[in-house]
Amino acid sequence: MNPIIEFKNVSKSYGELQVLRNLDMHVEAGEKLALIGPSGSGKTTILRILMTLETINSGHVMVEGDYLWHQKVNSELVPASEKHLRKMRENVGMVFQQFNLFPHLTAIANIEQPQILVKGVDKSDATNKAQELLKLVGLEEKQNHYPHQLSGGQQQRVAIARALAMDPKIMLFDEVTSALDPELVEEVLNVLRVLAETSDTTMLTVTHEMNFARDFADRVLFFEKGQIVESGPPEEIFRNPKEERTRNFLKQIIGEIS
Amino acid sequence: MDQVLEYSPILIQGTITTIELTVASAIVALIISFVVGLSRFSRFAAVRIAAIIYLEFFRGTSAIVQMFFMFYVLPLLGVHLSPLLAGIIACGFNLGSYGSEVVRGAVQSVPRAQHEAAVALNYTTYQKYRYVLLPQAIPVMIPTFGNLLIELLKLTAVASLITISDLTFMAQIIRVQTALTLEPFLIIMVIYFIIASCLVGIVDFIAKKINKGRNITVRKGI
Repeated sequence: MNPIIEFKNVSKSYGELQVLRNLDMHVEAGEKLALIGPSGSGKTTILRILMTLETINSGHVMVEGDYLWHQKVNSELVPASEKHLRKMRENVGMVFQQFNLFPHLTAIANIEQPQILVKGVDKSDATNKAQELLKLVGLEEKQNHYPHQLSGGQQQRVAIARALAMDPKIMLFDEVTSALDPELVEEVLNVLRVLAETSDTTMLTVTHEMNFARDFADRVLFFEKGQIVESGPPEEIFRNPKEERTRNFLKQIIGEIS
Repeated sequence: MDQVLEYSPILIQGTITTIELTVASAIVALIISFVVGLSRFSRFAAVRIAAIIYLEFFRGTSAIVQMFFMFYVLPLLGVHLSPLLAGIIACGFNLGSYGSEVVRGAVQSVPRAQHEAAVALNYTTYQKYRYVLLPQAIPVMIPTFGNLLIELLKLTAVASLITISDLTFMAQIIRVQTALTLEPFLIIMVIYFIIASCLVGIVDFIAKKINKGRNITVRKGI
């Protein structure tokens, strides 16, 4: 089986700071991945590279068997044009830590507009789909509210619905509960748990919620200093980590919780 | 005073000319503000540089000199503009340079995260500006545009120097013909003030209308 996402020897730095070091990573279609690790370990950068919000310095990223940041022109690999990036972005959707809803649009218009503008869907079809998705995330009654009239948890659920409306093959969740008050975290995580169960979309989530990672993921990747330290099914990573560094990290996280 | 009131027809005519000049220049200035202001975000360096040159030239030289240039120098180069057209272009181009900075600043004030959301949803650059950034930036621009509109009204008085029969020009005529000085200038001051107050009222109305959609609980029709 061909992987849907592949990082081949990818490096990325911001000035002096190297966030990814010769990273190799592959994700199978339909896999649900949790990326964990200390902050600054490069997890979020991986998502941002896949969403084409960050470029890479070296190496190759493949999505659906095609180069993401490069394209072939006369059998030579050159940096991707905006046109190529637009085509590649059709595969990917992202939910952000800070929701990033459009504040001048109602909840439902936030979900309709991208469908109409980008996918060329009819207004009535876009509305139907938006209503369906709002129902899925439990917000059908809030469809005419503006983002500032919704709680953080509600805004994030609208943002999830908005990303889903584009039917991406790959969904990226970037610390989607980190900006929420503690009592609002579960309502968002529950939506993601349902999605992980019911959808065959490939999903990558960066999270600090270890219990959630355990429920959500088929595979957990532990990152440190821009490299994968350990990768495996959640039971293995959480119960019986092989690497000292993974054990230390988990001990620290659990220590913080209790 | 009675003597001056005899001249009310030409004062009314001057008021109309001043309003015409203000409105026409405002339209020119508004178009230039958006074209030049948005050009600052172009991915083409040549476009960005052209916008900066425009801005620095029209902001950095005197409006009166620009107007004289259009009225007295351009004819020497074979370009003949009517006084009114020269006035409209000079006022519009001058204020447009300030307006372009308002547009640029307002668009830049939209958080980075909004750009990223638009990219993540695969909007084209045009769609990102049209549907995401400008709807958030325009309400920010309105109050400053209001100030510029008042500046523009006052700038039009300079146009009397290139023979446009605006309010200031008419006041001069009355002064010459009646030998009165206080009365005509006092009257046009009041008229300028009234026009300015109306403009403030209009801008406030637009600002309220635009902001209204954000505060109501339910938007009808969707």
